[in-house]
Amino acid sequence: MSLMALREQLNVLVNSMFLEGLLDQQFRQLQMLQDASSPGFVAEVITLFCEDSERMLTELTKLLDQAVVDYQKVDAYVHQLKGSSSSVGAQNVKLACIQFKQFCEENNKEGCLSALNMVKHQYYSLRSKFDTMLQLEQRIQAYGSEQQN
Amino acid sequence: MAVVAEAQFHVLAVDDSLMDRKLIERLLKTSSFQVTAVDSGSRALEVLGLSEDLTSSAAVSPAHNEIEVNLVITDYCMPGMTGYDLLKKIKGSSSLKDIPVVIMSSENVPSRINRCLEGGAEEFFLKPVQLSDMKRLRPHILKGKSKEQQLQQEEETSNTSISSNKRKARDEELSPERRRPRLSNNSLI
Repeated sequence: MSLMALREQLNVLVNSMFLEGLLDQQFRQLQMLQDASSPGFVAEVITLFCEDSERMLTELTKLLDQAVVDYQKVDAYVHQLKGSSSSVGAQNVKLACIQFKQFCEENNKEGCLSALNMVKHQYYSLRSKFDTMLQLEQRIQAYGSEQQN
Repeated sequence: MAVVAEAQFHVLAVDDSLMDRKLIERLLKTSSFQVTAVDSGSRALEVLGLSEDLTSSAAVSPAHNEIEVNLVITDYCMPGMTGYDLLKKIKGSSSLKDIPVVIMSSENVPSRINRCLEGGAEEFFLKPVQLSDMKRLRPHILKGKSKEQQLQQEEETSNTSISSNKRKARDEELSPERRRPRLSNNSLI
């Protein structure tokens, strides 16, 4: 596929993510921060976000699996997850975290469990599109280095 | 030797989230700042040359390559030492108190913001921090620098009329290790 076609595919993907509410304007900020001196910046941030999020989702699942839930710990993780999703522009994940925080404050176990499921759902939807995005980015970057040879 | 021409300003960024550290680092570098990013308040104090259990500004060993920190930007919510705690320690230190400190937080809590501003923070940024926020940093650094220059000038002109007590204090002030906040190169992440 030509470089132009790859770029077009990436644009279409990212635009659809904005339209669906998966991403918000913060993601545009990240794109603006990527330039010649930092060509892998967006990919790096996305990767960190995914690693962070999966770690936290695992911890949250464990915490809510306990007979007696430690809501303070749950809240701390949700707060972190909300923060990173906000920083990367992951709008739907962030909104789901806000809901989650609410249930947490109320010490509502059922609410927390359903909120956790929602966060996971939103996260994994986003994750699969991020994967495609990263693959496209990689192929685009590869074109750049090929041209230099 | 003391010419502050087009020198790049050095910002110390403090945030326990790796992602946010990457972000703030990129934002600062894009805005032509030199950056050092650390993951905790205690690390920040270490690189500023201030040990946690000393309130005086014990200088780092002169063998270290020392760099000046012109501004500290820190997250508010951090485990252990919060951004507010770090702010108080910096403002409570005779050698570091003039470094401008900016606090960042993902939560818009007016009482928190007021507390930080009253504690000596120059500004409070809501996360996620934007590129446009970076423009607000330079004025705080320049304000600090001109204050420093003014102090220098005042001390030079009042050379002859100082009493012996004041002279002693002034000499301590002018001692290079205590004059400016130093960043030890060896402990950079």
